[in-house]
Amino acid sequence: MAIIGILCVPAMIVGILAYALYRKVKVYDAFMEGAREGMVTLFKIFPALLGLIVSVGMLRASGAFEWIVRLLNPFTSMLGFPSELIPLMLMRPISGSGAMAVITDIFQNYSPDSFVGKCASVMMGSTETTFYTIAIYYGSIGITKIRHTAKAALVADFVGMIGAVVAVHLILQ
Amino acid sequence: MMNYIWAGLIILSFVVSIFTGKIGETATEAMNSAKSAVETSISILGVMCFWMGLMRVAEKAGILEKLSTCMKPVISKLFKGVKRDETRQAILMNITANIFGIGNAATPFGLKAMEEMDKENGRKGVATNDMCLFVVLNTASIQLIPSTLLALRSNYGSQTPYSILPAVWAVSVAAAVLGICAAKLFAKNRK
Repeated sequence: MAIIGILCVPAMIVGILAYALYRKVKVYDAFMEGAREGMVTLFKIFPALLGLIVSVGMLRASGAFEWIVRLLNPFTSMLGFPSELIPLMLMRPISGSGAMAVITDIFQNYSPDSFVGKCASVMMGSTETTFYTIAIYYGSIGITKIRHTAKAALVADFVGMIGAVVAVHLILQ
Repeated sequence: MMNYIWAGLIILSFVVSIFTGKIGETATEAMNSAKSAVETSISILGVMCFWMGLMRVAEKAGILEKLSTCMKPVISKLFKGVKRDETRQAILMNITANIFGIGNAATPFGLKAMEEMDKENGRKGVATNDMCLFVVLNTASIQLIPSTLLALRSNYGSQTPYSILPAVWAVSVAAAVLGICAAKLFAKNRK
């Protein structure tokens, strides 16, 4: 199954470039424009990333992570959920940069190709910064009664998080 | 909210470190982490920019419009209350931009869609069913190439950074589908 991921990437690159050439797009110019935007994005998120990587690093160094993990361990082990993922699970819905800081920490301590590393990757890739999204979208039009939005969004998050562990077990091991 | 979380994390670290006797390490780690934040950011920049560049090529080639035409029937079915074409178009562009990971384009389209939906909203200040559904769709990330994630994976020595993609797609589709079901179900119960 993992081979699909590896093969589809070259196929996608070739496909996009060939189709764009066929549509007479100035591919190189467009590529540079997009790449430049990548730089701008990174520079924009860097201060947040810095602040959160520092705080997550301190949490790990102080031993607070171990406490949190040990505290929640009874619940997660009941679900067969790796306790190393708890910090990511808690951070993911709140802050994108925070989740990035936590996943960096996970990749440093376990490899990205380990079971925990893969679960963390899938979790990160298939969920979003739920509360931030809700705040921005409703805030922009001045809606304060969001009714069932948060409940339904958390259902999706929960599926993403449990699903990540299940999917890694089923198709990536 | 981030103010409390961020300051809370740092204060908690120091409080815990008093009990664990690691106060020195915690203070040192702050400096080391700041350094590694720079290293991480610089080293993921290449992969991130590469994918964002490629996705821009796809956008210029009109692949986004193609995809949004394909999805139009599904979107019309899901968003029953949306009557006007501008609204539908904004929703479609937001979803396709999300799929292609062009966050900078997705958010403006998303905000536009919310604004358009609010014009058809009878009760100001209260979310409609369609709005709930739309925000839920945005919180379940369906993304073809999660470029930052791939960059981080290869930066930390993954042999096959892409191998996780099928699992990511499967799980995000499952999360989105169940999110939609939950939104529809909760909406029905409220009536």
